[in-house]
Amino acid sequence: MNNRWRLVEVRELPTLALWVLICAVTALVQPKFLTAGVFRSILLWIPLLVVVAMGEMMVMLTRGVDVSVGSMMGLAGMAVGIALRDHPGIGVYGAMVLGIALGATLGAVNGLLIAYGNVPAIVATLGTLGAYRGLVHIVSRGVQVDEYNLPRELGRWSIDGPFGQTLVPWVVVFAILAAAGTLLFLRFTRVGRDIYAIGGNPEAAWLRGIPVRRVTFLVYVLSGLGSGLAGVLYASRFGTINPAAIGSGFELIAISAVVVGGVSVFGGSGTVAGVVLGCLLLGTISTALTVLNIADAWQGTTYGLVILVAVIFDHWMGTRFRKA
Amino acid sequence: MNEVLATGRRTVPRWMATPESITAALLVVAFGVSAAFVPRFLDAAYLLDRSSLYMEVGLMALAMTFVIVAGHIDLSCASILALVGTSIATLHVKLGVPLLPLVFLAPLLGALLGGINGVIVAQLGLPSLVVTLATMALYRGLAQVLLGDHSVSLPAWFTGIERVAIAGTLLPVPLVLFLGLAVALGLVLHKTVFGTWVFAMGTNAEAARYSGVPVAQVTISVFVMSGVFSAMAAMIMISRLGVARYDHALGLELDVITAVVLGGASIFGGRGTVTGSVLALFLIAVLQTGMGVANVKAEYQATASGALLIVAVLMGNCFARFRKWTASKGEGSCSGS
Repeated sequence: MNNRWRLVEVRELPTLALWVLICAVTALVQPKFLTAGVFRSILLWIPLLVVVAMGEMMVMLTRGVDVSVGSMMGLAGMAVGIALRDHPGIGVYGAMVLGIALGATLGAVNGLLIAYGNVPAIVATLGTLGAYRGLVHIVSRGVQVDEYNLPRELGRWSIDGPFGQTLVPWVVVFAILAAAGTLLFLRFTRVGRDIYAIGGNPEAAWLRGIPVRRVTFLVYVLSGLGSGLAGVLYASRFGTINPAAIGSGFELIAISAVVVGGVSVFGGSGTVAGVVLGCLLLGTISTALTVLNIADAWQGTTYGLVILVAVIFDHWMGTRFRKA
Repeated sequence: MNEVLATGRRTVPRWMATPESITAALLVVAFGVSAAFVPRFLDAAYLLDRSSLYMEVGLMALAMTFVIVAGHIDLSCASILALVGTSIATLHVKLGVPLLPLVFLAPLLGALLGGINGVIVAQLGLPSLVVTLATMALYRGLAQVLLGDHSVSLPAWFTGIERVAIAGTLLPVPLVLFLGLAVALGLVLHKTVFGTWVFAMGTNAEAARYSGVPVAQVTISVFVMSGVFSAMAAMIMISRLGVARYDHALGLELDVITAVVLGGASIFGGRGTVTGSVLALFLIAVLQTGMGVANVKAEYQATASGALLIVAVLMGNCFARFRKWTASKGEGSCSGS
């Protein structure tokens, strides 16, 4: 199945169906849902999630989990904001490199602990979730970076696109590039295949000579890298960087997207297309809640329910296929 | 540390080479350092007063010890606390249900919420990590739906349980409740068949099943316990703070899990003691109180808590390696990881 080019695997069909259903119901209740403005807000909501979800997906493919993505995103975004405020000379691209490099470094700390320190992924990243969030407060001294502190150019990434002020802003292009890169990496490189092999059966992967530790280390670095990029995109998208707000609770949304996108919670199976679809579904749900005037308070409940339904549905599909 | 351990089991008594003894030693050191810098640390009344701040974490850590020894994890405990607290406050303030029966209803609500976790984990065989991550969001979300961003105040007679002392002593009620339940749960975990089942399940669930351990029932039981203890913690918290809010105990599961893992429990299950968790809780309490006295902001303390959790597990790994080493060679050293 892996060798065949299929845009949508069997597992992704229900997600797609659910997405169509949600769009249809929302549009019926509130016809405003089918306007360009709403389409654009969904489009702007997703890029942050896609870049984080790509890393989270690779981690979960190896049977791991990274709950520190929100804090890494926060620390990288805050560092970018402070750098641009205090040293405007580094420019937006310099700041972008800084954010991504910082994210990768934070991810490397996770990777070292997990792959070489034998600390279980949940414990290591739960620890760094707290540790990195604390660092966000420490480096920012609890003061937020405001929109006027940041160069205009950064904000334009969320408005302008490669085709001028069209429907596809630059942040979306970054997300598409990240997804395409992940797709090629997972499908066509040796390390990409190793990631699936480790998740499928770590013992067998080790016996076959796959450098399990090195690959495990790498997926956490990539997860940090994606979170770092997300921090930069956050600064572009929202302008204001608040130490308590940036990336807070984002791990939950990222894991939801990955699980809803059909990545097995037992590792070893899942596709980029599925995860992107998962991101689209969550972005649509979030926007639909707003369009339908349902209070923000329902967001957490919705994500929780979505994860539960996705894993239970996955389990149900699994048992059915095993019987067949 | 290396030198002492390196002498192997011939000269070091067995009880000293346990994770609990390290926790106890760290507790003594932390306490000594704190007392050296802050004279108030030697004031019993001050310490007993501060202890109340950690009893909610403590109660949840007692139940979490069972969950972790059984090879599972419950990330939703702090959210159960918030949902039970907001539900009880809403029922009382908005619907006028008398508070006293509600206080006794709270553990039942907690049992229900924990039971939902347990049933999904046990019946569907899904990883508890993912299931409780989902219910963590779900329960916290429901609490937010109930109260939004409002605080609900509770009647005066109900508030301030931490200022009530057991007659004739300085001991505050939450501390006494915690210590009493710790003794009870210690006996359950280490002296009953149920406790043996929990250990058997955490060591090897498959083998436990074949040995006739009712794995599904034990799994559900430990999650129900976690729910019940979170509900008790909820009652203490809303009494202590005088209000119920949806964001109470936000992120507190980190402290709970840190306490259990720091107390020597293996996150993979099969190892851990109630004594260890209790000692670790007091260690965390001393460290956080110390940082508080030293004017370290609460937001910054997250960094220390997170680092402490990781160091605790790294030390645990070191210990496991040391034990393996002594088992094969009879002597050896802790080679650090």
